[in-house]
Amino acid sequence: MKLRHSTSSGNDKIELQMTPMIDIVFQLLVFFIMTFKIVSQEGDFNIKMPLAAPAAGTPDELQVETIRVRLEADGTGRLARMSFNDRVLSPLQFDDQGSWVNADLLRSEIVAVIGTDRGPGSIQENAEVELDCDFGLNYRHVIEAITAVSGYVGDDDTVIKLVEKIKFAPPRPVTGG
Amino acid sequence: MRIKKQQESGILEGDLTPMIDMTFQLIAFFMVLINFTQSEQNEKVKLPSSVLAKPAKAPIEFPITLHLTEDATVVVGGQETTIGGIGPFLIREKNVLEIQGKSPDDATVVIRAHRVAATGRVQELIKACQENSFEKFALRAKEDVGNE
Repeated sequence: MKLRHSTSSGNDKIELQMTPMIDIVFQLLVFFIMTFKIVSQEGDFNIKMPLAAPAAGTPDELQVETIRVRLEADGTGRLARMSFNDRVLSPLQFDDQGSWVNADLLRSEIVAVIGTDRGPGSIQENAEVELDCDFGLNYRHVIEAITAVSGYVGDDDTVIKLVEKIKFAPPRPVTGG
Repeated sequence: MRIKKQQESGILEGDLTPMIDMTFQLIAFFMVLINFTQSEQNEKVKLPSSVLAKPAKAPIEFPITLHLTEDATVVVGGQETTIGGIGPFLIREKNVLEIQGKSPDDATVVIRAHRVAATGRVQELIKACQENSFEKFALRAKEDVGNE
C-alpha cells in the first residue's frame, strides 16, 4: 500500500481562525455593555420604634431628656420652620434644588446638648431625638434633619457620630400640605 | 521605463492585534464592574441624599424592603398597593419569619421613600409595620458624594 505523503512543507504558515473568537468576544462585550448600570451607593439610617411604649420602671440615671426637633412645612411641603426643644432655629437656608443646606444650625445645638464625651455611658450614647414633623413635609427634609443630628463628616473624611437614637413623634393630622 | 506589475495574489490581512487588545480590555473593565446582586430598587422612587448614607458593612439579616412613591403607592415585591393594603404582605412575611424560628423583631423593614413623599405617609407606613410587630426600621438614602 502506498502511503500518501503529506504535501505540506515546514515553511507553511499556520493560520488561526480568528472569526469565531472575535464573534464570541464581541458577544461578550455587547452583553456586558447592555447589563452595565451605574448605581449610586445607598445607606441606611436605623431607627428602632416599637409600637408599645417602654415599660415604666425606675428611670435610668443616665437617661437624657429626649431632644425634640419640630419640622414644619409650608403648603408645598418645603421646610418652613424648625424648632429645637420649642426654640425656633433660623435662618434656614436652601440651595437651588430646595435642599436645606445649613445643617450646622441644628448640629451645633445637638453638640451643645450632648457635649464631647463619647463612649459607654456618655450622654451621646443615651441621647435620643424625637422628630415631630408636619404631615405634608417633604421626606427629604426629614433625612436632612436625621443627617444633622446623626453626625457629620470630619476633615479627614471620618464620620463623627452624634445622636444614634432617633424616633418619630406620633403622626400629625393631614393638612393642606 | 517598465513598470513592474504586482503579482501578489495573497489575501490582505489587517492587523487584528490592537483591536483584540482593546476589546479584551473593555471586556475586563465591564466584567470587573458588573454587579449581579439583586438590588432592591424601583424607578419610581428617587431617594433623598445624605452625606452619612454609607453602604452597610454587613448585609441586613432579614430585610423587608418597602418602596413608597411620591403618590403614596407602596411597591413591595414588584406589586403595587396602598399603605392600608400592606397588612396581608406583612402578615405573610411574619409567617415566613416564624417558620424560620424568628420573630418580627429580627427583621428590618427597609423604607425606600421618594424624596418628596409626604412624611406623614412614611409615618403611616411605619405604623402599619408596627401594628404587625415590626420595630426595626432602616430609612434608606442615597449617598451624597458632593460636599455638604
